[in-house]
Amino acid sequence: MKNVLTAALLSFAATGAMAAGHCAAGKTLTDGTLTIATGNPAYYPWVLNDAPEAGEGFEAAVAYALAEEMGFAADAVTWVRTSFDEAIQPGAKNFDLNMQQYSITPERDKVVDFSAPYYTAPQAVMTTQPVVDGGAAPTLESLKGLKWGVVASTTALPVVMDRIQPDQSPLVYDDNANITAAMQAGQIDAALFDLPTALFTAAVLMENGVVLGQFDPDAAENPDQFGMLMPEGSALKTCVDEALAAMTDSGKLAEIEAQWLQEATGVPLIK
Amino acid sequence: MPDPRLSLRGVTKSFGDVQVLRGIDMDIAPGEMVCLIGASGSGKSTLLRCMNGLEPVDDGAVRLDDVDIAEPGFDLGPIRRRIGIVFQSFNLFPHMTAYDNVALAPRRVLGEDARERIEALFARFGLADHMRKYPDQLSGGQQQRVAVIRALAMRPQTMLLDEITSALDPELVGEVLDVLRRLRDDGMTMVLATHEMAFAREVADRVVFMDQGVVAEEGVPERIFSAPERERTRRFLASVLR
Amino acid sequence: MIAGVSTCVALALVVVLVPLAPGWDAVRASFFDGEVFVRVFPDLLRAFTLDVAIFAWSVPMIFALGLAIALARGNTNPALFPLRIFGAVYVDLFRGIPVVLLVYLVGFGIPGLGLPRPWNSPYIWGTVALVLTYSAYVAEVLRSGIESIHASQRNAAICLGLSERDTMRYVILPQAIRRVVPANMNMLVALQKDVALLSFIGPVEILRQAGIFKSLLANFTPYVAAAVIFLCITVPATRYADYLMNRDRDARS
Repeated sequence: MKNVLTAALLSFAATGAMAAGHCAAGKTLTDGTLTIATGNPAYYPWVLNDAPEAGEGFEAAVAYALAEEMGFAADAVTWVRTSFDEAIQPGAKNFDLNMQQYSITPERDKVVDFSAPYYTAPQAVMTTQPVVDGGAAPTLESLKGLKWGVVASTTALPVVMDRIQPDQSPLVYDDNANITAAMQAGQIDAALFDLPTALFTAAVLMENGVVLGQFDPDAAENPDQFGMLMPEGSALKTCVDEALAAMTDSGKLAEIEAQWLQEATGVPLIK
Repeated sequence: MPDPRLSLRGVTKSFGDVQVLRGIDMDIAPGEMVCLIGASGSGKSTLLRCMNGLEPVDDGAVRLDDVDIAEPGFDLGPIRRRIGIVFQSFNLFPHMTAYDNVALAPRRVLGEDARERIEALFARFGLADHMRKYPDQLSGGQQQRVAVIRALAMRPQTMLLDEITSALDPELVGEVLDVLRRLRDDGMTMVLATHEMAFAREVADRVVFMDQGVVAEEGVPERIFSAPERERTRRFLASVLR
Repeated sequence: MIAGVSTCVALALVVVLVPLAPGWDAVRASFFDGEVFVRVFPDLLRAFTLDVAIFAWSVPMIFALGLAIALARGNTNPALFPLRIFGAVYVDLFRGIPVVLLVYLVGFGIPGLGLPRPWNSPYIWGTVALVLTYSAYVAEVLRSGIESIHASQRNAAICLGLSERDTMRYVILPQAIRRVVPANMNMLVALQKDVALLSFIGPVEILRQAGIFKSLLANFTPYVAAAVIFLCITVPATRYADYLMNRDRDARS
């Protein structure tokens, strides 16, 4: 009896897996394979050591958990690299899913499809020790007086303009490396990143970086939510959303977040 | 003969392997008009350019009022104000009006406005109506007269004239030669390289025939043109007077 | 007439055939979205005024420095030989280094040495980078102009008793500069585009502003709008340079 039950459970599980696999069947670029794109290079803490196939780092771990949920074995996951522009330009795509901290916005949603969010990122303020020594504090009032820098392709610029409304117009850069160079050159006081990136940049890339504070993501009108990017009209979207919902319900997603983005807690809230 | 204005002794000059001047001795008295004649390449132009230091000489002395200006390192600036030179190809400054061509050096070098003097020069040589024109708006003869005025505006004591009618259409030669006649009547010291034999015969105090970098024969025009002593002078004159 | 007809036919073929391509709808939505165009155009125009300002304050410095370098390189005074070497090295160096690298190097590097505000401004050092590069090009253009003036002009001036300095200033340079106006016009058109490189070190000029809109709207139309603004400036400027070049050629023939 027990054996029968076990067998039934196993067969149910197998059927479940089959069902999920069936959902994605014929909808991927290559049948039986899930092709996932990441950045070039991919950064900590999203992908460790620029090696997504190791499954280490938040996005890499989510990718493999998602694949498993959808019925793909780990070795059925293929990684490719794309830039931001490649992902949103018209024409055929070379990936099923693209994960590189894409914030979901309605405008972007017109040209590509987004999955349900897999992470809600608080925005955080990175600055340097001399600026903190100069009196910068995690209050909007104090932040207004700083010289800001942001990365062009992120949603940080509207956040700076709308929530902080700085006295001087912000400077805008191509990537985090240029932000850190400008900050080290004393040309900007502060930069806005999503919290995990801010922590990494302050600790690893900067000499005297400090994460001054974070915005409460729930208090934001449009919290910055990361979604997986798919080609417009992707047949895979419903499968991905179902799988993400299952991972959220089972606590798997929160578990991965706790494992890889642990330090993100403990940074003061900006008032 | 009074002390010469210009005195050359043993002047030699080479360009690369070609020896253009092979030991020139020459004295030019104040107020004298000397015509250099000879075939192209005989060294006339080079000799003129050595007389005002535009070409440094290889060897020999070029004395202006008894000062050797061929010494290495000699400051030629002040000398050049005293010796005017006019070139075959006019060499007016194309971006300036005729008047500005003339007025530039007096203003920058002598520090004088010289307007009245310059206008008088233009009027004297029949160019009063052309002062505001640019060189490309003037005929060749007019341009060459402007070039002469430009040199005269520096009040030189000596004028060097390097085949100044050779680039002109035949009908324009006369107006330029007229200018020279008037300068001669003023008593200007002039050394003139020319192919205009009739003119040389008419106005020169002395004619110098140059051949292959040396002075082959010299004398008053009457004798040179009617009774040359040297065979090569005869041959040259026969070829140009044919 | 024939040219007009063939131009119309070619244009018609483009207008008719391109929309027949299977991906046209997607391309049109991404690059030629009228709504996006209207929305971003005023902001782009405002950002373009920064390009114009950077251009305007760079040009006098570029020409002053370019002229100084050209004169340093062209001088024949043995006592000033080191200046000649300096000019040659300067030109080789700054023509050889990509502008982008120089913008980063000067724009981040020099302020990084510890200059206080406002002396570490990316506007200042970005401008310096542009001036260094473009003055090297302009120096070469001017030098070629100076060398193109026949020696007889110099001789005539020297024989009038003018100093070397006055000869250069009143006789050689005015002619040389006039002769290289077309080449310098092309240089200015190139500069107008390279001003955008300053955006790499922070300033939000038109291309950066377009990039920001592109990211926010996931649409490339802002770049098309920026291109339109650029063309409004560069096409007349290029045509004008061509006109000057032709006029110069006609004048000399």
